[in-house]
Amino acid sequence: MSTPLDASQQPRSIGATGSENSISMIPEPPAVTAPVEPEAARLECVALEKAFRKGDHVIPVLRGVDIDVAPGEFLSIVGQSGSGKSTLLHVMGLLDVPSVGEVHCDGRRIDNLPESQRDRLRNREFGFIFQSYHLLPELTLLENVVSPLSIRYSTLAWWQHRHQIRDQAAEIVEKVGLGHRLKHRPAELSGGEMQRTAIARALIGQPRVLLADEPTGNLDSNTGQEIMSLLASLNEFEGLTIIMVTHDERIACRAHRTVRLGEGRIEMVGRAA
Amino acid sequence: MYKILLCLRYLRTRWIAMASIISVMLGVATMIVVNSVMAGFATEMRERIHGILADVVLETHTLDGDPDAAARMREIQDVAGEYIEAMTATVEVYGMVSFKYRGQVITRPVTLIGIDPQTKAAVSPLVTNLSSFTSGRRLGLKFGPESSNCQVIAVTPDSAAAIAGLENGDVITACNGDSVEYTRDLSSQLKNSIHQPTVSLAVRRGKRSLVFKVKIPRPSWDLTADARAHRRTLIELERRRIEWNRPREILPAGGTPLPPPGFDAGPSSAPPTGTAEQLTPPSSLPDAPDLDALDPPTIADGHTTEDPAASLPACVYLGSGLIEFPMEDKETGEIRIERMVLAGEDVRITTVSAGRPPEPRHFTATVIDVFKSGMSEYDSNLVFCNLEELQQRRGMVDPSTGDRAVTSIQIKLKDFKHADTVIKRLRAAFPAHIYSVRTWQQKQGPLLAAVELETGILNILLFLIITVAGFGILAIFYMIVVEKTRDIGILKALGASSRGVMSIFLGYGIALGIVGSGVGVLLGLVFVWYINEIESGITWLLGRKVFDETIYYFPEIPTAVDPFTVAWIALGAVGIAVLASILPARRAAKLHPVEALRHE
Repeated sequence: MSTPLDASQQPRSIGATGSENSISMIPEPPAVTAPVEPEAARLECVALEKAFRKGDHVIPVLRGVDIDVAPGEFLSIVGQSGSGKSTLLHVMGLLDVPSVGEVHCDGRRIDNLPESQRDRLRNREFGFIFQSYHLLPELTLLENVVSPLSIRYSTLAWWQHRHQIRDQAAEIVEKVGLGHRLKHRPAELSGGEMQRTAIARALIGQPRVLLADEPTGNLDSNTGQEIMSLLASLNEFEGLTIIMVTHDERIACRAHRTVRLGEGRIEMVGRAA
Repeated sequence: MYKILLCLRYLRTRWIAMASIISVMLGVATMIVVNSVMAGFATEMRERIHGILADVVLETHTLDGDPDAAARMREIQDVAGEYIEAMTATVEVYGMVSFKYRGQVITRPVTLIGIDPQTKAAVSPLVTNLSSFTSGRRLGLKFGPESSNCQVIAVTPDSAAAIAGLENGDVITACNGDSVEYTRDLSSQLKNSIHQPTVSLAVRRGKRSLVFKVKIPRPSWDLTADARAHRRTLIELERRRIEWNRPREILPAGGTPLPPPGFDAGPSSAPPTGTAEQLTPPSSLPDAPDLDALDPPTIADGHTTEDPAASLPACVYLGSGLIEFPMEDKETGEIRIERMVLAGEDVRITTVSAGRPPEPRHFTATVIDVFKSGMSEYDSNLVFCNLEELQQRRGMVDPSTGDRAVTSIQIKLKDFKHADTVIKRLRAAFPAHIYSVRTWQQKQGPLLAAVELETGILNILLFLIITVAGFGILAIFYMIVVEKTRDIGILKALGASSRGVMSIFLGYGIALGIVGSGVGVLLGLVFVWYINEIESGITWLLGRKVFDETIYYFPEIPTAVDPFTVAWIALGAVGIAVLASILPARRAAKLHPVEALRHE
């Protein structure tokens, strides 16, 4: 365990700090049992630049982006295709590293952490929702939902906590309204159901930031609105920080704040009505 | 946790992986079958070679032999007595055997071995190679024709079987704990009862099941009851023939019964050989090389001994390959073994005398038994003769002292692992220019080495097949990794580490290897277990014999499963599966999550 991470996690409630070590050290495994909702996190991007290399050409995608996401904020990032909004989300969610610039979480720089800690942060702090749902086709709905926890726990720990995990999964699946389809494979679900499953999967690890990449992009407008309502209520009632990427203005307006990206730069910052 | 879950899920849902499982499985099964059969052949062959040869053999280079066997054996006892269980002196010399078959005289080159059955039996299993034993006759049992069930149709009074309590009509169901159905099964079981004092026979008598322990008789130069009867018939036929050929004018006119044949028949008509041999000392044997004398000369013996059917002083066990050949039955089309000489008949032996220059020596000997070890090299080459008679005939007995010369002394050790010590000590004690001291393995070195080399090369080739299966796994895995790229991206987005993703695919490889080699081991063992049934099935399908007993001398395909070999093969296959999955697993681990997520 590197010290900066530990130090930064200390102020947080014990329920959310559970690291791999703490599972064995702390008698009550935190993330599973903690009744306390994790505090939302403040996410900051400082002068982010990201360029991709294609052969000899260097294609800049982000050209200096500064964003400050307050705890509990619902932020939407809009922009045309190729404006770099997905890349921004990936960099913020530690799926990618910036070429230049920094990402801070609660004042601590996270973009330069070693691979294993980035993996852990992705598992514990962030929840991802994708446009094409990205469920694992081999697993049932329930197994997909609990997959972040199955990544978090070793087989032994999983076995020890299986009842708590089951209860927690049941609760979350109920919350997204899919309690009746637990044994179904993703192929047997509708688009809306798959996206709900993906949301349930993003939530089960009790993340502090939810990153959504075009969550309604593959859905019809009605279903899209349902998903948006779900996200909005999560933000409202559970205080979850949500960063959503979309190109649909009508969807984006459900957020507290909208950031418009163009050519890799922030063009406009607007408040939702 | 997700690693195990996904491994198992991939294993269940990726049918293409079945291809790699099957290739591993087939490779493993083939290796196990081939190894077991090769090991079976080798073990059987070693057993058979060992059955003829003793653990350690001390031989003289010259055919004249060592003049004083008893003294040599005492010396051996002094040098390495603590390791030695038994010893026997033998005389090995080249010779020929001639016999009459359907009017023609057949002569075969042979190695003549003079043995003392009692001491020889202590050194190596002799009796189990004799066909009179494997057919049950030596035990006193008589069965129906071959390939019939093992119902006893006669028990010889006072025989080992009769003493043990077997009765007519008993059906033998098991021998030494292994069930037998046909007499040929019983034969191979009896043949395998080496180093045992008794044979246990399970018997069904009416509705009861009984088990008898029948003492294995010691090998001797006695004719079995059947052979004796056969011999009596032959003598009677010969007597009639001579009677018939006798000049008619001396027949009494009154039609009185024929006088007993014999010397009164006149020396001209009675074959002189047997008599001459009886009367003249062997050192000055003026044997007539007249081949007509091959025709049973026993007629003369009938008058010199009490029992007309008694054997001649020279007795032999003939190797079965010398006197047998497969013959197709014209009516049924079945191949059966034709025997040119039966036990109880006489054959003519030609060999050379000891001393310079070697002179030819002829004598007539009664075939006591037919010897079938299963090693064609031995069966078509060896003739065992009684030692004293061979020494007499070859002039190997010192007239002044009575010392008997031998050419080799066979030694059985208490434990074969001391062979090297014994060899070292004997080589130190006996000068190398007169004696050679070797173990049976050294004597048969090239043959055993050839078998080992063959097994080794086959193993390498077969392991290459599994390696090919490994490349199949590599290709299929690569494909699966490409197909699963997006899922790998998802897993990484959810926080799975590169090592975790890698271990999914490594674990998948191990799982494939374990399943493949596990099923392969099972398949291989089942195949080995039922190999003879499978062989007969294929024979039935193809209409011709796959495994020809008359060529290989094995009643059925011998197999020996070595647990260590099986374990090594299984481990090797799993190892190859893991090696093959390393490359795809590394590729999966190195995938960039964002690029992986974009992959469609």
